[in-house]
Amino acid sequence: MAVAFDEMNIPGGDLRPAYQELARWLKETPPEALEYRRQEAELLFRRIGITFAVYGDSESTERLIPFDVIPRIMSGKEWAVLEKGLKQRVKALNMFLRDIYHGRDILRAEIVPDDLIFQNPVFRPEMNGQQVPHDVYVHIAGIDIVRVDAEDFIVLEDNARTPSGVSYMLENREIMMRLFPDLFARHRVAPVERYPDELLSALRSVAPHSASGEPTVALLTPGVYNSAYYEHSFLADKLGIELVEGRDLIVKNNEVFMRTTEGVKRVDVIYRRVDDDFLDPLTFRPDSALGVPGLMSAYAAGNITLANAVGTGIADDKAIYSYMPDIVKFYLGEEPILKNVPTWRCREPKDLAYVLDNLGELVVKEVHGSGGYGMLIGPAATKATIEAFREKLKREPEGFIAQPTLALSTCPTCTASGLAPRHVDLRPFVLTGSKSTTIVPGGLTRVALKEGSLVVNSSQGGGTKDTWILDE
Amino acid sequence: MLSRTAENLYWLARYVERAEYLARTIDATLRVTALPAAYIGKTNEWDSALLTAGVAESFYRTHEEANEHNVVDYLSFSADNPSSIKNCIEAARLNSRSVRTALTSEMWDTINSAWIELQAVWSKGTSTREDLAKFLRFVQETSLRFDGSAYRTMLRNDAYWFSRLGLHLERADNTARILDVKYHVLLPEEEHVGGPLDFYQWSSILRSVSALTAYHWVYRETLKPWLVADLLILNGTLPRSLASCYDNLVRNLDQIGVAYGRQGPAQRHARGIRNRLEHSNMNDIFQHGVHEFIQEFIADNSRLGEIITKQYLI
Repeated sequence: MAVAFDEMNIPGGDLRPAYQELARWLKETPPEALEYRRQEAELLFRRIGITFAVYGDSESTERLIPFDVIPRIMSGKEWAVLEKGLKQRVKALNMFLRDIYHGRDILRAEIVPDDLIFQNPVFRPEMNGQQVPHDVYVHIAGIDIVRVDAEDFIVLEDNARTPSGVSYMLENREIMMRLFPDLFARHRVAPVERYPDELLSALRSVAPHSASGEPTVALLTPGVYNSAYYEHSFLADKLGIELVEGRDLIVKNNEVFMRTTEGVKRVDVIYRRVDDDFLDPLTFRPDSALGVPGLMSAYAAGNITLANAVGTGIADDKAIYSYMPDIVKFYLGEEPILKNVPTWRCREPKDLAYVLDNLGELVVKEVHGSGGYGMLIGPAATKATIEAFREKLKREPEGFIAQPTLALSTCPTCTASGLAPRHVDLRPFVLTGSKSTTIVPGGLTRVALKEGSLVVNSSQGGGTKDTWILDE
Repeated sequence: MLSRTAENLYWLARYVERAEYLARTIDATLRVTALPAAYIGKTNEWDSALLTAGVAESFYRTHEEANEHNVVDYLSFSADNPSSIKNCIEAARLNSRSVRTALTSEMWDTINSAWIELQAVWSKGTSTREDLAKFLRFVQETSLRFDGSAYRTMLRNDAYWFSRLGLHLERADNTARILDVKYHVLLPEEEHVGGPLDFYQWSSILRSVSALTAYHWVYRETLKPWLVADLLILNGTLPRSLASCYDNLVRNLDQIGVAYGRQGPAQRHARGIRNRLEHSNMNDIFQHGVHEFIQEFIADNSRLGEIITKQYLI
């Protein structure tokens, strides 16, 4: 594996410009002061109750995501490139979804194979030919970005269903500003606090035509036991909208209402953080207690906007991922600004043979997995694990893709033995309304806290950092 | 507001109030039982603590007899007792989490901090009297902080009123339950065989509703059982009296009714109970039978809870 790109230090001893002021500040700040503020940050997180749940962990159902106080910094120039690339990518995702559920030009052009769509469990036949308000499918996208050198931004994964993490972007900044006002005074950091406003206006802009002039928006959560519940309540609060559960909503005459102490009130836009499968027990899983019976018929009647739309999973599926550069070219006629990780599709015999021969060097992912579960990281795995995976692969090759092990870029991070480089990724949040696409400068930086580890997922020992885009 | 939000606020306040009441009950019982047996007679005070907490039946399903150790544990920490202090605080936190958007950050902080302390400091219960005293103080202070932050930081709208409804309904129920268990020591002098030992029972009752000092200010008299009953039932100046709880319930329900432009069965029912309390005096109550009076009140009060639920919360 190549030496990882260090976002702060240039080999040879110089610093990259964006980090110069931080490096000076670090030199002036005694390590105890840093440690003290780190503890203070943890206390704040705990008191505010910024926690997440880990599934399958009965010991403590609520945990803190470790927060690293050293910010990750990017220059305004770098951000400008990334922003342009993200807008291009999300535009293509939306056009792809519109096409898949309507004309299917891309299948006829044989850019994407039919069976990857129609045999895919995340494809929703219910959405065929259905008009979604303002033709927007992915209102909120979280695109996971990694870097391996100073030039390119690489998309690791598109998240077009119910991406989470934005509350950490906002709270991390809040806490950093409280703890390190001196450090902010020495930088011009682009603010992120307008995200909730941008989100609310994007959501209002896509209200169905039957909505009143002042559309009512609500956030649908699976409830307090969901791992991202804190984020749901945080966002509802910041947006000033009701945080509803399935049982708070009813459908009458194909309109959606919420039960209030003053009777029922019509809802026009639902920012849903409930997966497709659980949205409506009449259409999807009948055993779902989280959903709203009849929601899909109100949706079909055009009386409610769901954000994101139903069926967006077909766009961020790992099997589709490898076709994204072609998808961008097909719809926009442009070269993709953001790169893809080279990907072997194990469904294709040639690729499978290569993957089986090189398991020790590759990362193998389940096509339908998420959260870093069910993944093989070849270089870090034992022989036995690799052999077990080999059997799985042979049994069901179409269930997997493989990628080279990327040397993710590193940022300075607090560790038990002082500052040390740790691998990071970045999830910026892209908002698409009826008229415009906006991205708040920054995103959620996740950091693999264990030395050498490449897994940044919070469920697997990852932490977060505040992400600074310098306003130059 | 969402019916579920109103429901959560209402129950949140009830759980916090109940936790405080349980802490007071334990505290008062500890004081009585610290006296030499000659002063308190043969009654098992821990048994009556269970009765006032309304959990005697479930307790005896798993225990042979009530003593300090097992009752304190059952009322404070037991996971099997759905209304133990620990479970009340946990339920309060769960309710808070699901209505975070309707709580002020001060209220959330109170409940969340209490929940954190419960796990960090009290997860193994208490082993000494001193520990127990600290724990009981912690519970009472949590309730005071919660109540205070609600009072000082909430907007005066339906969220506040529903939260207050829960508080006063629970409080009325608690006061009535003490009276229900202890009424026999509150009968007028000529009607029961009392001695000086009842003095400690009366002060214990007052203590469990934090009204011992208040008694002296109101009556400027030595403890008289019928005055203790008068204070707890009819005196509108004592925040935990039934009369005072109902003044508040009627007011909060009226505020909701005005804000929503509609009155309903909850408003009517609450007013009915308040009027009955207003037009009673202790003589009539003793004539009619204190016990009957209290039992009727408890039933009426829980009926109000059902009506509120039906009218607003589901």
